[in-house]
Amino acid sequence: MKEFKGIAASDGVAIASAFRLTEPDLSFKKRSITNASDEIKRLYAAIDVSKDELLTIQQRTLEDLGSNEAGVFKAHVTILSDPEMLNRVKSTIEKEKVNAEYAMNKVSDGYIKIFNSMTDNEYIRQRSTDIRDVTKRVLSHLLGVPLVDPALIHHKVIIIAHDLTPSNTAQFVPTYVKGIVSDMGGRTSHSAIMSRSLEIPAVVGFKGDLSEIKNGDTVIVDGSTGNIIVNPTEAQKDEFTQKQVDYRKRRSQLANFKNETTSSSDGKHPIIAANIGTLDDLDGAIENGAEGIGLFRTEFLYMDSNHLPTEDEQFNVYKTVLEKMDHKPVIIRTADIGGDKDLPYLDVPKEANPFLGYRAIRMSLDKPEIFRTQLRALLRASAFGNLSIMFPMITTINELKKAKSILDQERIKLIREKVRVKPIRIGIMVEVPAAAILADQFANEVDFMSIGTNDLIQYIMAADRGNRMVSYLYQPYNPAVLRLVKHIIDACHDNNLPAYMCGEMAGDQMAIPILVGMGLNEFSMSASSILKSRALIKHLDSREMVTLANKAVTMASTTEEVTAFIHQATNSQQ
Amino acid sequence: MEKRQYNIIAETGIHARPATLLVQTASKFNSDITLEYQEKSVNLKSIMGVMSLGVGQSAAVTITADGDDEKEAIDAISETMKAEGLTE
Repeated sequence: MKEFKGIAASDGVAIASAFRLTEPDLSFKKRSITNASDEIKRLYAAIDVSKDELLTIQQRTLEDLGSNEAGVFKAHVTILSDPEMLNRVKSTIEKEKVNAEYAMNKVSDGYIKIFNSMTDNEYIRQRSTDIRDVTKRVLSHLLGVPLVDPALIHHKVIIIAHDLTPSNTAQFVPTYVKGIVSDMGGRTSHSAIMSRSLEIPAVVGFKGDLSEIKNGDTVIVDGSTGNIIVNPTEAQKDEFTQKQVDYRKRRSQLANFKNETTSSSDGKHPIIAANIGTLDDLDGAIENGAEGIGLFRTEFLYMDSNHLPTEDEQFNVYKTVLEKMDHKPVIIRTADIGGDKDLPYLDVPKEANPFLGYRAIRMSLDKPEIFRTQLRALLRASAFGNLSIMFPMITTINELKKAKSILDQERIKLIREKVRVKPIRIGIMVEVPAAAILADQFANEVDFMSIGTNDLIQYIMAADRGNRMVSYLYQPYNPAVLRLVKHIIDACHDNNLPAYMCGEMAGDQMAIPILVGMGLNEFSMSASSILKSRALIKHLDSREMVTLANKAVTMASTTEEVTAFIHQATNSQQ
Repeated sequence: MEKRQYNIIAETGIHARPATLLVQTASKFNSDITLEYQEKSVNLKSIMGVMSLGVGQSAAVTITADGDDEKEAIDAISETMKAEGLTE
């Protein structure tokens, strides 16, 4: 028995046998050969085995995951059947008298180069990945090094991996993949986000040596605490089996809240909405009973791409979100890109202080052509649902006025082009202290405000939230933070505007009672927090929470005092 | 020899999925079949060849089939193009 720790990344408990997902070593040397026809035979044998393997994987994937996922493998088979490509590999072997590994790799590199140079055709360019995958498979058979295929997993396992890539997670069959352990990344790594959206218990940032876990070892993953036990004792197995039962019971109790309207015990109805970052997150939001989308971050359109997303590409994504949400309110935030994100196709210089630099609306106003494309896509999509637009990082009234006037210009152009555009509510994300302090003035210019606490807190406390040395200063319940949050909410209400929040704080079980007391109108959070938050609010009497909120902002001087007030107030509610 | 010209109307041109289907259709026939675009010609039975042409929207392409089943081949390919929304 061995115990390890890691970062708790996705709730739940899993017990199953370990399956190590390792990248095989496919390195080889260029060799001169004398008998070309033997080498070609070796090549064909490897290709035949690869094709057989792909057909099996395709069949399995089709049965377990569906035709979309299986389509990738069908494409792989087509590539391996390509007569032109095979001829090139063959003639490279014959003319250059080189080994099959080298020839195969050379021809495939040639194609990848051609495809990567096709800058105007994203669809084709993405196919380089397919060629690379296919080449890996053929190389693995030439070299006799087995590839690990997640799609072939056919019993319950815990995946042990250095990190997970989107292409191998796409092959996971949820019935068999019970848990995930990886040694890379934090709560926001790809592995972590993916496991939360698939609701698979996961621990990331494994502290220790992953190679100590062998294939077939029994592994317990506790995704709520970050504990990992390898080859547990019988007593531990029993203990965690019980934990698993309790967890499932709690989940199914929470599931009852899915179709309920959010309501406090005295009948106040704040909305609980979801924050989403991609279209994949949308299903999780709906599945967990989100009453709207409070924040759709549009950055993925820019990040997961090698070019600026076109108006049509964006339009299709926005339209899908609006249609799937079926007239529930959807707030889409214009792009928050800039110095902290590396976009190869955009020439944005690295900055010493990206969080205080050229990003979000600052960049949008400086590069209006990119901004206009996004606004046009949003305006066109507005016809398909209940859309609000929100501008990030607004600091001054003039920035907001400029952004609004560009939006108006595009609206008028589209109406002249006879494109249907519905009325859209306009809001700002309040995350810069200057805008927060001046909230009463901003209220004259917007239809709503949404408090972005992740940035607002780091700006109030002057503490980089990515810097571990100062992470103790990231204090959502600090009275200074709470006073400013209350000031924003009051400014909205004084001007008959709704006040929303879309930072982590909105889903924080400690902060929710205070925010209910401040009269926050919408709590927007990650999908996995929705049901427990709805369950929590149901037990709260909003009038008593008003008292709590007032105490916290007037009487407390430290985070600890606020925390004590919260415990006092909520214990009396149970 | 059968020869036919097409105007590609699909916004994304001949991208991966329709390219795969075109290659699969072409591969069913004995005839030599080529796809010509901007004075470059490739084997329509080669997925890499077809994709490396990078045929975009509003492109004019020519498909030629030469062999004992050339007529059937061109008909089948035309049908696939239409079904995939590449042509009208």
